[in-house]
Amino acid sequence: MMTFFYISAAVALTSSVLAISRSNAVHALLYAIVSLLSVALIFFMLGAPFAAALEVVIYAGAIMVLFVFVIMMISSGPGSIQQERRWMNFRLWIGPSVLSTVLIIELFAVMSLPREPLSARPVIESKQVGIALMGPYMLGVELSSLLLTAGLVGAYHLGKRKRDDSQMEDVTIHD
Amino acid sequence: MTNVPAEYGLILAAMLFAIGLAGVLARRNIIFLLLSIEIMLNAAGLAFISAGSKWGQADGQVMFIFILVMAAAEVSVGLAIVLQLFHRIRTVNSDEANTMRG
Amino acid sequence: MLDYLWLIPALPFAGFIILAIIGARMPRPVAATIGAGSVGISALVALSIAAAFITAPPHGHVYTQLLWEWISVGGFKPDIALTIDALSLVMVLVIAGVGFMIHLYSTESMAGEKEGYSRFFAYMNLFVGSMLTLVLADNLLLLYLGWEGVGLCSYLLIGFWYKDPANGRAAMKAFIVTRVGDASMAVGLFILYHNLGTLQIHEVLVRAALQWPSGLPLAIAAAALLLGGAVGKSAQLPLQTWLPDAMAGPTPVSALIHAATMVTAGVYLIARTHVLFTLAPQVQLAVAVIGAATLLLAGISALTQWDIKRALAYSTMSQIGYMFLALGVGAWSAAIFHFMVHAFFKALLFLSAGVVIDALHHERDMFKMGGLRLQLPFAFWCFLIGSASLSALPLITAGFYSKDLILWETLTSASGSPWLWAAGLAGALLTSIYAFRMVFLIFYGKPHSDAPRQRADHSGLRIRIPLITLAVLSLIGGFVQLPETLGNLPLFSEFITTTLPATASISNTFSEGTMQYLSGSISLFGVFIAYIFFLYNPLYARNFVEKPFGYALHCFLYGGWNFDRLYDALFVRPFVLAARANKRDVIDLLYRLIALLHIVSNHLLSAAQSGLVRRYAFGIAIGAIIIIGMVVLR
Repeated sequence: MMTFFYISAAVALTSSVLAISRSNAVHALLYAIVSLLSVALIFFMLGAPFAAALEVVIYAGAIMVLFVFVIMMISSGPGSIQQERRWMNFRLWIGPSVLSTVLIIELFAVMSLPREPLSARPVIESKQVGIALMGPYMLGVELSSLLLTAGLVGAYHLGKRKRDDSQMEDVTIHD
Repeated sequence: MTNVPAEYGLILAAMLFAIGLAGVLARRNIIFLLLSIEIMLNAAGLAFISAGSKWGQADGQVMFIFILVMAAAEVSVGLAIVLQLFHRIRTVNSDEANTMRG
Repeated sequence: MLDYLWLIPALPFAGFIILAIIGARMPRPVAATIGAGSVGISALVALSIAAAFITAPPHGHVYTQLLWEWISVGGFKPDIALTIDALSLVMVLVIAGVGFMIHLYSTESMAGEKEGYSRFFAYMNLFVGSMLTLVLADNLLLLYLGWEGVGLCSYLLIGFWYKDPANGRAAMKAFIVTRVGDASMAVGLFILYHNLGTLQIHEVLVRAALQWPSGLPLAIAAAALLLGGAVGKSAQLPLQTWLPDAMAGPTPVSALIHAATMVTAGVYLIARTHVLFTLAPQVQLAVAVIGAATLLLAGISALTQWDIKRALAYSTMSQIGYMFLALGVGAWSAAIFHFMVHAFFKALLFLSAGVVIDALHHERDMFKMGGLRLQLPFAFWCFLIGSASLSALPLITAGFYSKDLILWETLTSASGSPWLWAAGLAGALLTSIYAFRMVFLIFYGKPHSDAPRQRADHSGLRIRIPLITLAVLSLIGGFVQLPETLGNLPLFSEFITTTLPATASISNTFSEGTMQYLSGSISLFGVFIAYIFFLYNPLYARNFVEKPFGYALHCFLYGGWNFDRLYDALFVRPFVLAARANKRDVIDLLYRLIALLHIVSNHLLSAAQSGLVRRYAFGIAIGAIIIIGMVVLR
């Protein structure tokens, strides 16, 4: 079990690093999807199959696909890859790397390493998650639905492109 | 039954988070910014799942669901804004959107 | 009767308030009645109080009337209280009486003004009220109030025709120069209060006599500072530069303020606080020396003036020098006597000069006049009487008695000296020369081409009555104090010595009669010299002036011995330089620094608002790291 964990952890880390450092946007996206899939596997290994499924379906399946669509709309082909290459240089990565390293060190300092012996822990099934959601976390569910509605409406409005005035008027007249 | 220690999950989450942070700080393309932020959100979710696994409760997964919902809403609205911005500034360089400057 | 003392200053103040508030809307006759009437009624009240005072003098020859409490802080309690004794009675009579004459005169002479008629009388009433407050004040603070009040009115009245900026400058010069004196006097008052604990005049004198030995540096300081104030107000050396320029005001103003009353406030102050001066003999000597120097300096300058009023201004300076000389040698009653007589003839001179100036349509240059005694006979006789009294022509004029008394006492007094007497005598010669120079230039000789051909004397009754009264007083006013050789009637000095000490004399080798012959003949000699140089053959003087040395000397003396230029170089230039150097105020530096600090920090902070998203993310990341670090390292 631990071997799988190490392998998927390595894959997740590598693909994340690659995702943020590619010049081709679609390549980066694909690497990000790989990272998400490996994290889903880790979820599975941590005894959270429902979360793993959700990760694959929603995160990798919907959100990243949304990214792909947007990249399709605004990318300008080979020109954009050249652009990215131009914008990235090695010096650029020094500051962020330093900050990230400091952050990692601090987070490690906060966490403690495992003391108790490795013992088996229960797998938490979907049924348990469902009961928890509709029970104590009812309010959160409602709020999430509110949030999603708001996101829907907001995305619709923001996605509208400004047309000429004449065409807008035509739309109203034909009512 | 699983016996992966939850602390390892936390360590992994910390490292993914730092990687996402580095991406946010280094890339100029708006899409990449959002992508890096998604990676950071994913790392946070991993941390929650690990904690839930340690204590054997469903709360970790519930929190992960909320994070997911929030990420979805944020991405849809954010990408819509990116589209609008792109129509205005005709480039994906986030440094060009700097008119709100003091 | 003495209870009505408060009416004396109150009536002119009431006149001022009425004229200030509704004077502009009154018809002119009403304004004139209120303006002149308030002073007139005040004069009548003063006369009746004088009668009551002389016939039935109150205890100690002094009467105090407490009006109300002014300030009561700690032990400091100056009240609004009026005191009348012999000294202030004489002053009040002169101020109210001569003041009324001048007010009456100006109701007619200012009638030609297009606007400001009631404003004029408002200011004049305020002045008379302040001057009366000054002389009736029971304590030095109230005196200082009157002092400042007359200074203010002097400024307002010199700059009466405010539309001409030159008048404003003259008014400012007067105010600022007298201010220097006022500041000195204020410091003197502080010293007096701090050391003697009171400002009530009688108390101050008593305590000073008890506590301070003669020659104490404190006494010298206090007396010197009061002298500074007196010097400023009375236009003596070194603060005399303002008086000639003050002639920019209307003629009645020059007559009242700058001849008869305000400029004598310094004389009053010194006489009132005589104990302090006797306790500081060095300062008293300084008073005498200042008086002697000023009378010579002003007398010589008066010889070179072509403007009537400036010549009379220098003459006033010179005559007040005589009063200071008398005060300096301890001849207190002689000084007050000369003050009274001087008020009569100087007002007469100014008012008759005003008649001449008005008749010639505001022409003041004496060299453009001449032979006017046929066209302006009334003015001629008045001016002649005034000049005669000024020159102290023997026996018939009041001036003779007063000036002669001063000269005699300068010679014989315990603090007198022959040098001072010689200066006074030389001054008498100069006086008659310049006085009759004016008479001959204006009224004799060949008429100037612009002069009117026939009688131009359109003066009405309101001008003639005051002039006649003053002329009569200039002749007979001296008869209240006849010296031993000529009748021995020392009424005046006996009256004054109820308040001021009698003059201590030492015996002299010469007799009084000889001295009187000497001074009488000196003044007649002066008339003769004036005749020679200005009537008989004016070319003597003109030839002298046209030579380069003569011309330079003439310019120097004309400019009042160039004190103006001296002060300009000594005080004005450095001050203006310093003001220019400090144009961006040094004190402001602190405040500019604070503003600068804010601007700099604004620049720094706005550099953080670059508009770049990545920079903001950077900031957030650093902030998060720091906070987590604080948690970790706690």
